[in-house]
Amino acid sequence: MKHLLLSLLLLWPLSVTAAIDAYEFSDPVTEARFQELTAELRCPKCQNNNIADSNSPIASDLRREVYLMLEAGATDQEVVNFMVDRYGEFVLYRPRVNEMTWLLWYGPFGLLAVGLVVVLLVSRNRRRRQSAGPQRELDARERERLNKLLQQDKDT
Amino acid sequence: MRRVLLFLPLAIFLGLGFFLWRGLSIDPTELPSARLNQPFPAFELASLTEPDRILTEQDLKGAPALVNVWATWCPTCKEEHAYLNQLAREGVTIYGINYKDEPVKARAWLDRYLDPYVASVVDEEGRLGLDLGVYGAPETYVIDADGVIRYRHVGAVDARVWQDLKAVMDAIATGDRS
Repeated sequence: MKHLLLSLLLLWPLSVTAAIDAYEFSDPVTEARFQELTAELRCPKCQNNNIADSNSPIASDLRREVYLMLEAGATDQEVVNFMVDRYGEFVLYRPRVNEMTWLLWYGPFGLLAVGLVVVLLVSRNRRRRQSAGPQRELDARERERLNKLLQQDKDT
Repeated sequence: MRRVLLFLPLAIFLGLGFFLWRGLSIDPTELPSARLNQPFPAFELASLTEPDRILTEQDLKGAPALVNVWATWCPTCKEEHAYLNQLAREGVTIYGINYKDEPVKARAWLDRYLDPYVASVVDEEGRLGLDLGVYGAPETYVIDADGVIRYRHVGAVDARVWQDLKAVMDAIATGDRS
């Protein structure tokens, strides 16, 4: 067991960084903002990659742009606006909340609400059916059959 | 009521099926252009063929034209080059943006495969490309006489694509006259 754990630990990747360019940041806060921004901006060419992970030339251009803007004192919002102006809302991995994306943002909650209503209706229906009227008593023939069936179970 | 509810799964299935079927014919690599109907971004770049001459976005104005983003490292650009030459012979105004390329190589390419461009600018850093929202060469834009971007095509220009571009240019021409 100990050996297994040890070998599993050895297999654990120690670092998972993908970006290759080395930027000198003026302070750690800017660096953290850079990491966050590049992880949230989508690469226009290599789709389903963010620009932090992609090695394509366009992603490295965009990283450089983000770096230069941050070092020049731009806010996160300014960087995001810069990208959206050029590449459209597509580059945002976290879409903005507007009329176009309401369904995307609030749809899941709507579905959840629908689900809750359905569950409530079903359970209320069932409860009503259970409490509705006393159950019919078994007549003699049915009782005899039931006993027989129960007897059968006991035999086996 | 109960009977109607029975058809709910079918309705959901049909709805899902419709959207998935629609999804088959949508090309995810085709991005809507954020620059549509906006003025061509400002630039100040050297001409490829006359390195001493500086061109700006003002030089693109005057008549509806095509702006083609190209590079020697881009195989699809080579593919469309002959067609661009043909369009140029037919009298279409085409400007070139030599995108993230080496000017020496680019000039050699134009010598070898002919030059369809009225003028090409050298965008070695890709700054103009970035301002345009270029994400892969070749890209071709239609601009009107005021230098406003009216259409964008990503990928090679061929006879079929030209029909679309021509339609936009014709619409601009009739719009200008009225």
